Amino acid sequence: MLAKNELEVLAAIVGKENVETSQASKLVYSFDATPQFQAMPDAIVSPRTPAEVSQVVKWCNEQEIPIVPRGSGTNLSAGTTPLQGGVVLLMKHLDKILEIDEENLTVTTQPGVNTLELMEAVEAKGLFYPPDPSSMKISQIGGNINENSGGLRGLKYGVTRDYVMGLEIVLPNGETIRTGGKLAKDVAGYDLTRLFVGSEGTLGIITEATLKLIPMPETKKTVLALYEDMDAAARTVSKIIASKIIPATLEFLDQPTIKVVEDFSNIGLPTHAKAVLLIEQDGDAAVVEKDIAKIVSICEDNQAIEVSMAASEIEAEALRSARRSALSALARLKPTTILEDATVPRSEIANMVEAINRIAEKHQVEICTFGHAGDGNLHPTCLTDARDKEEMERVEQAFEEIFTTAVALGGTITGEHGVGAMKAPYLHLKLGDAGVGAMQSIKQAFDPKNIMNPGKMFANENRKRVVVKQ
Amino acid sequence: MKTAEKQRIQQQFQEKMDYDELLNCMRCGFCLPSCPTYMESGKDEAHSPRGRIALMKAVVDGDIEPDEDVKRSLDMCLGCRACEPVCPSGVNYGHLLEQARDIIYQNQQQSIPVKVVRKAAFQGLFPHQQRMIGLTGLIGFYQRSGLRTVARKSGAMKLLPESMQLMEKVLPDVPTSKSMKQRQRHFQPTVPLKKRVAFFAGCLMDTVFLPTNDATTKLLQYAGCEIVVPEAQACCGALHGHSGEKQQAKKMAKRNIEAFEEAEIDYIITNAGGCGAFLVDYGHLLKDEPEWKARAEAFSSKIKDISSVLVELGFEKLPLSLQDEIITYQDSCHLKNVQKTFMEPRKLLSSIDGAQYVEMKDAGRCCGSAGIYNLVETEMSMQILDYKMEQTKATKAKTIVTANPGCLLQMKLGIEKEGLSDQIRAVHIVDLLLEAYENANSTYSNQSNSSSI
Repeated sequence: MLAKNELEVLAAIVGKENVETSQASKLVYSFDATPQFQAMPDAIVSPRTPAEVSQVVKWCNEQEIPIVPRGSGTNLSAGTTPLQGGVVLLMKHLDKILEIDEENLTVTTQPGVNTLELMEAVEAKGLFYPPDPSSMKISQIGGNINENSGGLRGLKYGVTRDYVMGLEIVLPNGETIRTGGKLAKDVAGYDLTRLFVGSEGTLGIITEATLKLIPMPETKKTVLALYEDMDAAARTVSKIIASKIIPATLEFLDQPTIKVVEDFSNIGLPTHAKAVLLIEQDGDAAVVEKDIAKIVSICEDNQAIEVSMAASEIEAEALRSARRSALSALARLKPTTILEDATVPRSEIANMVEAINRIAEKHQVEICTFGHAGDGNLHPTCLTDARDKEEMERVEQAFEEIFTTAVALGGTITGEHGVGAMKAPYLHLKLGDAGVGAMQSIKQAFDPKNIMNPGKMFANENRKRVVVKQ
Repeated sequence: MKTAEKQRIQQQFQEKMDYDELLNCMRCGFCLPSCPTYMESGKDEAHSPRGRIALMKAVVDGDIEPDEDVKRSLDMCLGCRACEPVCPSGVNYGHLLEQARDIIYQNQQQSIPVKVVRKAAFQGLFPHQQRMIGLTGLIGFYQRSGLRTVARKSGAMKLLPESMQLMEKVLPDVPTSKSMKQRQRHFQPTVPLKKRVAFFAGCLMDTVFLPTNDATTKLLQYAGCEIVVPEAQACCGALHGHSGEKQQAKKMAKRNIEAFEEAEIDYIITNAGGCGAFLVDYGHLLKDEPEWKARAEAFSSKIKDISSVLVELGFEKLPLSLQDEIITYQDSCHLKNVQKTFMEPRKLLSSIDGAQYVEMKDAGRCCGSAGIYNLVETEMSMQILDYKMEQTKATKAKTIVTANPGCLLQMKLGIEKEGLSDQIRAVHIVDLLLEAYENANSTYSNQSNSSSI
């Protein structure tokens, strides 16, 4: 609880109308898109300028009040759940695109700008910002940077990290620093830009970003390939990559996922297929033509039962939006859907798919799988009911085993959703104790009082090893 | 709110709210950009569907009390249900909202004036068509007797809030009591019979908007329908259902089911998106009454919007023409989000010769009318309307077409507010279609006359 005089200090900085403390407001900012994580903040504060962000942060640091920065709250790792109360810091007033620089091919933006709006603004000038997380219609660019969001185009174009060139950051002590800039080359000191991308709000508050843009690809083609079994689809993925083609998108959906997505989208997806690949290539017309022809023949050589091409951009976009709805559509089937994003080197995709099925069967849990097959980033999603304690334990055991398998295959516990509170107990699986320790020293250096999004990234002492009760 | 009141509400939330449906929301936030109040409130989660569902669940779970702020969040909802088609999990938000509002309104101590007004409107007026006719007759007297001229000239109107002043201005000239009382009950098609339909005339549509209802029956006749207008029908009950008066809504539903049950018909036609959406939901409204459930579902399965039946009967292939002008369409939220009828009006409008159909940005976003919302939540309603008017102006349309009386009045209000009443008009789709049909046919007959000379 913040005392009356403390709230008055905050109101003096950001204005009374930008400090919310009602019970209803606290409740609606007590969660994000991650199931089973909820905790009430003490206040919701919306600074109007970067200078106000700095004042709020400085004061909170002095008072040792936790700060949880939040965009649209669509993350899937409990990254914005205010586990230790404190202030939820909203970026809704910092919502301007500051500059689109057509000579340097950059866009400079405030963090509260909606991702899709940013994309559309640069596309209107013939430029392209590729990272396209499924939440892009809702998410804010600041949230994307803090979570290092991926998306459907990650395979060819990389993720948010690959497009952040410079940042303005308010450090926990209230000081403002600028990192990077509109520079293709810059080796002046440590690469703090990269450090802050994906830092999940644990090191400071991003108040401005300069992002790299590339020219808009000339054309794009979209293919849907249907399979009788998942292994054949997985083999196709490996074969496409091995034949030195990098598609813009190479997405995988299993049958239960196809069914629920079709229920929602009604676009005529092939619900009889056991697995589906959604493949896209973009670029120069001639190259796209050649690559797509080769992709189609690889699909056919690997037992695709049907390969079809989207007839128009409208049809292609319908397929992409349908794919983006996969996670939420799965929520139709059971009260609780728990999504993971274990990621493996792309060559191991077939092995990982097989391992997920084996683990689901072993623990008697229902797991549907979809994801970015082309870059090895899968989303095994468990359909369960949080009210069934016994099943929830089996779910947790199954996921632990999936993480261990992914790491053993040279992969990671999370490809694009982040650690947050949800995967904090598993971080050591990927990094080892020394790796976690190194990261903790960085956190300690920037945020000695641990006010920035506490409880995320690093597990509490007593939960350090494993969460599963044996 | 008093503690006892809150406890009562909380207890009923626990007893009555559909907990599985609350859990079905997985909080992905896909609904957020579709929600007009979330967007217009500066992206406040408390005014979003995800936030409201979380609040309902928290009240059931006992995490929070149902205090004024919770009620405020639910009151602020337009009930446009734009969040439903975009929800991949398929959460039935409309049902959750209605249930929550019903519990709050039935258990909350209301101030005496509010109570009196609600009772007069919900129990005294809308359920009784004769009284609707009586009231409309009074408005007609006000408009025709010279009183209106006096009121406007004397400056007396200035005593009302701005939105009420505008409302007075945009209310159409209402029909005479005589024409309302002598409404025709049976119509034959003007071309060979294709379908037998019953017309759900609606309380407001059959009084204030009687000419639009007349246009509707004419279009149906031209399209090949025999039409009956059952006399025993009543108001659909939507206003009651959306305002936490569920019991009264159920009464209306039963009356309508009985009124239409006898008729041997293919469809029950509506021309008000808001009514139609409530009528198709009678099965849900009466789900706990075994003797009514099946009858309600049979009734609901026959409901069809006018534009949908016209497209089915190929009306857009008949000659339709207007003077050169741009037209645009504002979706009725409930017609689009609940009845899923949105392609049909566009198809009809695009087939009119001479008119150029231009889609406005966010045509599917609520205009802010939302039943009585524009009267009780005027500030938010006007903010939403301002956004809507920006989009309509960008199309350069001279005619804004709507498919629901509330939307029609709201768009007229918007035009008046922008001072554009001499340049832009708002019309119900059936009125425009009739105009286009009659225009094409008179041109056609003129041409054939002249050619014969």
